[in-house]
Amino acid sequence: MKIDAKGMHFAELDRLIKSSPDSEVTIDNVLGQRYIAAGASGKNITINGVPGNALGAYMDGCRIEVRGNAQDAVGDTMNDGTLVIYGNCGDTTGYGMRGGRIFVKGYAGWRVGIHMKEYGSAVPEIVVGGSAGAYLGEYQAGGRIVVLGIGCEDRPCVGDFTSTGMHGGRIYVRSRYVPADLPKQTEVSAVTDKSELEPLVREFCGYFGYDADKLLADDYYVLTPSTAYIYKRMYTNRPF
Amino acid sequence: MIDYIQPDYEVVRNKELCIKCKVCVRQCANNVHVYDESRDVLYVDNSKCVNCHRCVTLCPAKALKIVKTDHCFKPSANYTEDIIKDIYRQADTGGVLLSSMGTPKSYPVYWDKILLNASQVTNPSIDPLREPMEIRTFLGRKPEEIRYLPDGSIETEKYPNLELKVPIMFSAMSYGSISKNAHIALARAAEQLGTFYNTGEGGLHEDLYKYGPNTIVQVASGRFGVHPAYLDAGAAIEIKIGQGAKPGIGGHLPGSKIGEEVSRTRMIPMGTDAISPAPHHDIYSIEDLRQLVYSLKEATDYKKPVIVKIAAVHNVAAIASGIARSGADIIAIDGFRGGTGAAPTRIRDNVGIPIELALAAVDTRLREEGIRNNVGLVVAGSVRTSADVVKAIALGADAVYIATPALLAIGCHLCRSCHAGRCNWGIATQVPELVQRLNPDVAYKRLVNLVSAWSHEIMEIMGGMGINSIEALRGNRLMLRGIGLTQKELDILGIRHAGE
Repeated sequence: MKIDAKGMHFAELDRLIKSSPDSEVTIDNVLGQRYIAAGASGKNITINGVPGNALGAYMDGCRIEVRGNAQDAVGDTMNDGTLVIYGNCGDTTGYGMRGGRIFVKGYAGWRVGIHMKEYGSAVPEIVVGGSAGAYLGEYQAGGRIVVLGIGCEDRPCVGDFTSTGMHGGRIYVRSRYVPADLPKQTEVSAVTDKSELEPLVREFCGYFGYDADKLLADDYYVLTPSTAYIYKRMYTNRPF
Repeated sequence: MIDYIQPDYEVVRNKELCIKCKVCVRQCANNVHVYDESRDVLYVDNSKCVNCHRCVTLCPAKALKIVKTDHCFKPSANYTEDIIKDIYRQADTGGVLLSSMGTPKSYPVYWDKILLNASQVTNPSIDPLREPMEIRTFLGRKPEEIRYLPDGSIETEKYPNLELKVPIMFSAMSYGSISKNAHIALARAAEQLGTFYNTGEGGLHEDLYKYGPNTIVQVASGRFGVHPAYLDAGAAIEIKIGQGAKPGIGGHLPGSKIGEEVSRTRMIPMGTDAISPAPHHDIYSIEDLRQLVYSLKEATDYKKPVIVKIAAVHNVAAIASGIARSGADIIAIDGFRGGTGAAPTRIRDNVGIPIELALAAVDTRLREEGIRNNVGLVVAGSVRTSADVVKAIALGADAVYIATPALLAIGCHLCRSCHAGRCNWGIATQVPELVQRLNPDVAYKRLVNLVSAWSHEIMEIMGGMGINSIEALRGNRLMLRGIGLTQKELDILGIRHAGE
């Protein structure tokens, strides 16, 4: 099914997508329509243009390709599925993500992967090709974030306050520049075992045409939480 | 280190009555009671007693009582015993003071300074035992106009509403902060009563999906347990912005309360802290709130009302006005005397405003702006009796949320130690042997009893006023009079003084 979204209200667009009998949906002339495929499942969607905020929010198993940039809150609380963005994306990408994957060719805004979760086999993954803004992985409770820093080889590719409040999961960064202001509860170490990283980098390169072997040969560091109880020592119980 | 803090309570054992059955030893999760086998003596460690009455209630010989200690500091109205002990505690640990349940401080309770009207001679009262009395309530946005089609049928845009058989719902308490058995009791009671309970922000246990038609599912900043099936399961979705007991801050469920089932429901690893930050990191404005409201509506096909819950704070009327324009269907306001499973003490005891004043201010503001019918209005934060419910509705609420009375109904003794996680009554704990003490089959009936009793009382009070439908009570402030209030307080409440 092909939809021309020119001038179309988001509610109408979303209704057309969800009621489409075809699992293949191509949407042209997308310009800022929000909530595309919110809560949807079972569709293979190609978006030509720039979708609005909350693309794929609560999404449960669609595959979406964006031939353009995406805005804020991409994959907010998404449960399953794959988002491939052939451009940049905005703030709070993957907020509270519970499963599925997001691949971004370019850079990502602030608070990417904030509050990502993980349980059993549901391990959400975000791969950002360029740089990521401040508060990357804030309050991260699980999942994997990879920042490849392509084009930022001469400077840090993650922003300030990275991994603040992180208490689960891992953040891999292809860079030699470790942020100086990492919070106390984050541990940083050089990546020696790239087995977890490799399939994600190869899939990323498969979409966007980079040389996976070359990227994988570079130095990476990984951020992990040193404790799962970041606030344990903060309180004193009062019995009344 | 010398411990400066002496126990607040003393467990008194009547040795003539005690049969040394050791029920007290087995029942106390705080290990207050200790049996010395070599000497055949039962000891008490008063420093561990939270005054929850578990041992007293279950003692078959009725040999126990708990009294406030008469050991005292030199009395001072300024440096009270509580303040002295808090300073010791913080000097000991360097920690932020943590408390639970509603503030015990003696702030004014405006419900108790408002009197209700009744009919005499003219406009006679109605006997609810003989005559129909409608307390059914519809919560949500109301249509602005009704249009008639040429054939006489009505064409009007209907918005999703919740239908409540009684104007009382159970407020948000997360699975994690309270036990699964407590959640089952609330769910079953809501189903039987024709009302709703609220999951709080801890997700919905898989065994409770069947109560979905009577469930409000919450979405908060931590997004715990939020996924399409969860959103679809609920009858309404509540976005939690704030809580009355801790406005402006988030929640931390300690890792010690995250066992296997809570871990699965919240979707975080076992034993890690569950952190709900203070703000939603994607909401900085009413426009951003609108985005979350509409993303939830899109994800659920516009079939469910969306509630936005905020704490009652100084500018609550202006904030509510914004929310009423955000696309939300219902606003829930939680007053500062409301309960909590854990909150920093200084926040609980000092931040926010009373629900009575917040409710009156919000209802007045929304009416002045002509947008009151855009939203349903639910109030929470220490609604303690059926009389409080009637007063809340007369001040302008559509319905109320209750939580502390619901917990009391299922056995809570208000010992305010939920944050310790060792609730002897099986409510605010995840310890399996404590949770199993709460029997949901018994507990749900007690909840049904409580709300049924309140419903009868509400009907009695309404009948006395000569009012036979909740619609005619809502915002009917002429039915209220203040007692012992200043003119400013009366003005904010929009009521007259008794005798006027």
